Amino acid sequence: MVYLLSIKRFGYNQQKSSLTYPLETVTTDLVIIGGGGAGLRAAIAAAESDRSLPITLLSKVYPMRSHTVAAEGGAAAVTQEHDSLDYHFDDTVAGGDWLCEQGVVEYFVNHAHRELVQMEHWGCPWSRRENGRVNVRSFGGMKIDRTWFAADKTGFHMLHTLFQTSIRYPSIHRLDEHFCCDLVVEDDRVQGAVTIEIASGQFVFIQARAAIIATGGAGRVFRQNTNGGIVTGDGMALAYRHGVPLRDMEFMQFHPTCMPSTGLLFTEACRGEGGFLLNKDGYRYLQDYGLGPAEPSPRNKAMELGPRDRLSQAFWHEYQKGNTIEGLHGAYVQLDLRHIGKKKLLERLPQIYEMAVDYQNVDPAESPIPVLPAVHYTMGGIEAGRKTASRLPGLYSVGECSSIGIHGANRLGSNSLTELCVFGKVAGEEAAAFAKSAPLGAAGTLRKLAKEIQQRTESIVSNNGGTERTADLRSEMLKSMEEGCGIYRTGDGMQVTCDKLAELRDRYKRVKVEDTGSAWNTERLLVLELGYQLEVAEAVVHSAIKRKESRGSHQRLDGFEERDDENFLKHSLAFYNGDDAPRIDYSDVSITKSKPDVRAYGAAGEKAEQKNERSDNG
Amino acid sequence: MAEVEKTIEIAVLRYRPEKDTKPVSQTFEVPFTDDMSVLQGVQYIKDYLDGSLSFRWSCRMAICGSCGMMLNGEPKLACSTFLREYYPGTLQIEALKHFPIEKDLVIDASDFIDKLGSITPYIVPAEPRSVEQGEYLQTPAQKAQYDQFSACINCMLCYAACPQYGLSTNFTGPGILALLHRYNADSRDGARETRMEIVNSEEGVWGCTLVGYCSEVCPKEVDPAKAVNLNKVNSTMDYFLRFFASGKGAGK
Ligand SMILES: Cc1cc2nc3c(=O)[nH]c(=O)nc-3n(C[C@H](O)[C@H](O)[C@H](O)COP(=O)(O)OP(=O)(O)OC[C@H]3O[C@@H](n4cnc5c(N)ncnc54)[C@H](O)[C@@H]3O)c2cc1C
Ligand code: SF4
Ligand code: FES
Repeated sequence: MVYLLSIKRFGYNQQKSSLTYPLETVTTDLVIIGGGGAGLRAAIAAAESDRSLPITLLSKVYPMRSHTVAAEGGAAAVTQEHDSLDYHFDDTVAGGDWLCEQGVVEYFVNHAHRELVQMEHWGCPWSRRENGRVNVRSFGGMKIDRTWFAADKTGFHMLHTLFQTSIRYPSIHRLDEHFCCDLVVEDDRVQGAVTIEIASGQFVFIQARAAIIATGGAGRVFRQNTNGGIVTGDGMALAYRHGVPLRDMEFMQFHPTCMPSTGLLFTEACRGEGGFLLNKDGYRYLQDYGLGPAEPSPRNKAMELGPRDRLSQAFWHEYQKGNTIEGLHGAYVQLDLRHIGKKKLLERLPQIYEMAVDYQNVDPAESPIPVLPAVHYTMGGIEAGRKTASRLPGLYSVGECSSIGIHGANRLGSNSLTELCVFGKVAGEEAAAFAKSAPLGAAGTLRKLAKEIQQRTESIVSNNGGTERTADLRSEMLKSMEEGCGIYRTGDGMQVTCDKLAELRDRYKRVKVEDTGSAWNTERLLVLELGYQLEVAEAVVHSAIKRKESRGSHQRLDGFEERDDENFLKHSLAFYNGDDAPRIDYSDVSITKSKPDVRAYGAAGEKAEQKNERSDNG
Repeated sequence: MAEVEKTIEIAVLRYRPEKDTKPVSQTFEVPFTDDMSVLQGVQYIKDYLDGSLSFRWSCRMAICGSCGMMLNGEPKLACSTFLREYYPGTLQIEALKHFPIEKDLVIDASDFIDKLGSITPYIVPAEPRSVEQGEYLQTPAQKAQYDQFSACINCMLCYAACPQYGLSTNFTGPGILALLHRYNADSRDGARETRMEIVNSEEGVWGCTLVGYCSEVCPKEVDPAKAVNLNKVNSTMDYFLRFFASGKGAGK
């Protein structure tokens, strides 16, 4: 057998195995860090706003591998006659337990439909009705069916559509499989980024006039999660280290229906299509948690189609009552799809069907699927205004890494894919405009800074005398986050996690790297990612311990069980503080037309809505 | 119920460009449970046995297309293949066949990526429509014309399976031809003619010798062989149409 060996991508370092290569430089106007849905949409918007603007799009994986690919359920936009923008607004703001930026939500719901039509024009294979129009499905917490879907592979289709469409624009220069290790900030503005070309280990300085961070969420700071290996919060940590606060980081969404052990997701569309959640007695337990009545097919905003935080919390209570089932990987409940029938399951939920059969040896047409809640989505992120700008000039953020303010304390499913499109476009246009007005920095000074970043990074990842194993530090972090910062939290529990993370950050300084090669040294990347994860995890738990109330996905059991609008109708801001724990501060929430109210679902929710509508009319 | 942990022998073909002149096999003993994927097996090796082992992965759910490898000689996704299937034998893992190895299980994908970019992989509207006019109408029947071919996750398993691609990388290959067909068969698209030039060329469908192994290994039932065959028909029709068109022209 003859093996083909690749030399072409690292011809210049064949002989060397030391780290010190010269620094390459690329000059561009706009650098976009992240090639997921958000980064690609931003790149296209920037290219369309000015065809002559040089854009560099870098991603640590090929763009179509980005985690947007895993999104199953769909993207929300008001579509039907009997729906309204106000309804979408109200669902989102109440779903977020009033921690949303209402002006931003308004912009979002107004532009959602247009952006999904744009995706359709670019070829996204949305599922259709017989008459050829785009079909919609129901989704948790949404009053009216408004979720566009492409079977149960919506994110996959959106990502490939955006990636392939981006190829149309020659001004988008891609650096695939480049790992960003820092931003270059000079003169109080962002002027570039430093990356490692993964194939070779070569450091590259990308000089730019503006930057967009679109690096996705940070779900992998928790043990059981639905996220891909790349979702390590890199971009959040980069912005944070340069003084931009991470906002509302305590709000991590648990998705109620995930696979035990791996955390892989069974989309909410399973329940949208009529699936039930059963406890060990085959009882639809959600009716005991203010989400009833239990009707034969789930009604929007009730029972199985209630919001995710409520469903995950109900699981916890069932566990406390001994109503869950003990499995190899902990307690679980059952997702029952049998009554939907094999034919419809294969048509509407083909991927779900396949996953249950392959990974769990369960035929969903024959038996219920074991499920449990796992970490799914990072509501918080890099603080950003309506136009995606951060407080650091030249730095923009979009997508899951960003906290633009539409998710508040709990995201509604199918709002984030739409967010990528709506605000990806805004970010691309805004950052392009900034880049055009910003002067090109002094190359020499910037290169010197970049060189320093290279040296700093090398010193972290070439610690031959290190003693700490990356995998051990990582698994201790994951376990501690799960134990101290899970679905229900207490001050004492969170304090233990705070202490643990401080210890891990210290031990991280002695992390060991076995691989001394340069080509495809993914061990080094894992070390750098762990560094990002530890800092982001600290922002999560320190924001959480200071929030002495219960709101959305942040629920406490130690005397702060209620929402406290008087003291905490505020965004938390975590500021980087070197080796020490982050400094936590607060900022106001913009309330324009929806005053904080009780979040009610099921029959109680309907009653409240009727009351509100009557008083609106009266 | 505690499951008994078993141990499987995994032989990985290593190649470290700065150290090895040719690939060498290295064997690891990996403890596993029945629900563990091959990907989890190689992750275990990296975390606890040898940190220098390199491979691509991300989603863990057979949708990002990163983790294609040769498992006992067959191209498969490591994240949706299970260690139990190989126990008690030895599992041999190698980088995807027919591609140059960059390191260990990482192949050089640039040929595939370049080809993807070369086939006009986007809609060129058959008729212009502004976003304000709303979506294009497309019935479920029209959508069914390309649905299957739009499911490709770019995992390249079909390239590792294709003997023609093994002989010459000039051949456009199964996955990309399926993608090309995906756009040609889309009722919204109007760039069929441009793409047919690729289809008709020697590197296009005529490079295929009808082995069909590509469709067998495809984890997403894209059936690239079917796309190739449909295009052989199209390509033949194209040829005759052009023949008649020019014939008619000459007769005038
Ligand atoms: C299983 C699952 C199902 C979901 N389903 C839905 C749904 O049905 N509806 C919905 O609205 N939302 C859903 N979501 C949420 C939604 O999919 C994500 O929030 C969204 O796709 C994130 O997109 P993004 O572009 O921000 O990030 P990603 O797609 O994660 O992309 C991040 C990009 O950043 C790059 N990157 C990261 N770090 C670096 C670095 N250091 N250097 C260089 N590049 C880097 C990566 O390579 C990648 O290209 C789901 C999420 C999951 C996990
Ligand atoms: S056609 Fe199938 S095997 Fe080939 S790249 Fe696409 S998904 Fe993979
Ligand atoms: S890890 Fe994504 S396809 Fe296997």
